[in-house]
Amino acid sequence: MVELYLKVAAGGLLIGTVYALIAIGLTIIFGVMRVVNFAHGEMVVMGMYLGYALWTLFAIPAIPAALIAAVVLFGLGVFLQVTVVSRFVGRPQHSQFILFIAFALVITGLHLMLMGPDARSVMAPISFQTYSVGGLRLDAARVQAAATALVMILALVAFLRFTFIGRAIRAAADNPLGAEVVGIRSGRVYAVTAGIGLACAGAAGALVSPLFDAQPFLAPEFTLLAFIIVIIGGLGSLTGALIGGLLIGVAEGFAALLINPAMKSMFSYGLLIAVLLLRPAGLFGGREAR
Amino acid sequence: MTCNPAVDRRTILKGATAGAALSITPLRHVRAAGTPVKVGVLLPTSGVLAFLGQACRRGIDLGAKMMAENGAPAVEILHVDTESKAEQGRVAAEKLIREGCSVLIGAFDSGTTISAAQAAEAAKVPLVVNIAAAPQITSQGFKYVFRNFTPGATLVYNAVARIKELSSLTGVSPKTAVLMHVNDTFGHAVAKGVDILWQKLNVPIEIVDTISYSRLAKDMSVEIGRAKAAKPDILMPVTRVNDAILIVRELVKQNVELFGVIGPGSPGPYEKAFTDATGKYGDEYMDCVPWYDPTRVKTRRAIAAFAEAYPDQRFELNVGFSYEAVEIVADAIARAGSGEPGALQAALRATNLQDHIMYGGPITFDETGQNPNIGGVLLQNQGGTPKVVGPAEIAVAKPVFPMTPFAER
Repeated sequence: MVELYLKVAAGGLLIGTVYALIAIGLTIIFGVMRVVNFAHGEMVVMGMYLGYALWTLFAIPAIPAALIAAVVLFGLGVFLQVTVVSRFVGRPQHSQFILFIAFALVITGLHLMLMGPDARSVMAPISFQTYSVGGLRLDAARVQAAATALVMILALVAFLRFTFIGRAIRAAADNPLGAEVVGIRSGRVYAVTAGIGLACAGAAGALVSPLFDAQPFLAPEFTLLAFIIVIIGGLGSLTGALIGGLLIGVAEGFAALLINPAMKSMFSYGLLIAVLLLRPAGLFGGREAR
Repeated sequence: MTCNPAVDRRTILKGATAGAALSITPLRHVRAAGTPVKVGVLLPTSGVLAFLGQACRRGIDLGAKMMAENGAPAVEILHVDTESKAEQGRVAAEKLIREGCSVLIGAFDSGTTISAAQAAEAAKVPLVVNIAAAPQITSQGFKYVFRNFTPGATLVYNAVARIKELSSLTGVSPKTAVLMHVNDTFGHAVAKGVDILWQKLNVPIEIVDTISYSRLAKDMSVEIGRAKAAKPDILMPVTRVNDAILIVRELVKQNVELFGVIGPGSPGPYEKAFTDATGKYGDEYMDCVPWYDPTRVKTRRAIAAFAEAYPDQRFELNVGFSYEAVEIVADAIARAGSGEPGALQAALRATNLQDHIMYGGPITFDETGQNPNIGGVLLQNQGGTPKVVGPAEIAVAKPVFPMTPFAER
């Protein structure tokens, strides 16, 4: 039984790291541009389809596929920001909501047209493999996905701290007007931010493609999951998104084991309500510089 | 501002009333004699059930094509998508009736079928149910609803009976089982049915744990971990196709050793998406479902025509029952000699199709509109395809039980 508990904890932490990468994509866009990407789950699913297609057509495994998906989604993010979203930054929130919901519907429609409604599985050997660590069997695909997601998160943190454009993004997030005054071009910063946000979603999608079957209708669930994590962690906080992701991953696992597997999502919502009641800004909201 | 005295408020009201009356008058009343009978088909061809709805549609289209080739009366098939939403059943049925359909076929899932049945009954247009297991479809006293699919209780009864006879079929006697089920209406109903019938049929296998999981589950690691901890001889999952795939993956990863995995009346493991996704690990997975009779000439002919029309798809129960629904309608039209819904209803009630493709007795309808003669088989995936391994009279392969451990495949 102890082995089962350890396995659930390890599994929760591993998948929680990938959830964190998804949530970081959402929170960075909100933190800098103050727009909420309601199509975030659709971007994750797009990453899953890329992971599926790259494996099926070229036998490219999940880790390089995640890098390719990150590049493709980065490009898509920049394109959408420059052509459409930039016109909505600063507009009333309801018009932003409608825009992103429209994106979500269009992307789901495209997924249906291109890939059909069937679940698409990556038929890679890794989908059935495990690593044995001290007598504990860990899902190989999950370990690889978590390790890659963690490296990506650390790389993103380093990028934001140590590069000029990263510091410009943080400056624009802290004080958009001040950033403009010192010569930072907010349009360019927003484009890079949108690209990074979507790249996180796409990479996470490709990483989970050997674990979860790609399906157009998974998207709202990923969007909701990302929202729960960023609200628990604190909107705009990278640390909050990471901790929130791990917390949700582990909490869902133990809720499934100890209460009822069918109620594990309900447990996440319960956690969300508790955080909103006790700490409305989230665990790390307002504490960390964006 | 001036008023035109020729067009006053009363004239507009009269015109509007006449227009409304015309719009709800079914066009069938003005259909010319000799034109094809319009058959309306309601299926979820988009939305979450689209994958299954598309399979049903292939069965309908194949049925229509083969009936035409066999000299059946001319029919015109009109398809309407129910979008995987139960409330769309009524809307879709009313639309088809307005367009002049004399008979409807549908609607794959129980919620949509119940909704469509109400509209069909109100309009006195027969509805032939291809697939839908909810008992209330034929227990509400409807006169125009005919179901050629196993109701939930019979589905589970057949499944439990097949599991019980597995020991005598193979000489292996499992002692314990874990029941897993998807947490939706169907999963709950089957799980509850298994629980009741297990006692009633005195099955000598103890169910040591029952685990329900979300319909939207993306990951089954905890569920399978919990099932493994109960150390069952057999696992009985009530699934859809995606969760069946997830279950097999986790069984392999967690190296769960079982005598067998047997779905008690569960969709999923016989579908091509399942065998494609699981490969050798999906082999020897069993399921107890209504299925086609592989020994009949008529079935083999339908399968050959299907393989020619859809080389990348599998002829399974969704295709088979949809095909049979067209056959039932074509037979009723031929005997009624008319496309009038009343005549078709009377002809459907007198249906007695001896030679048909799905396993069971002749297709007839009792006073509730239910076909009571549908059988259930024990399927097992072997070499990547589902094969009938029981009952012996139609078996095309021997069951592999206990199953080969995953680690040795």
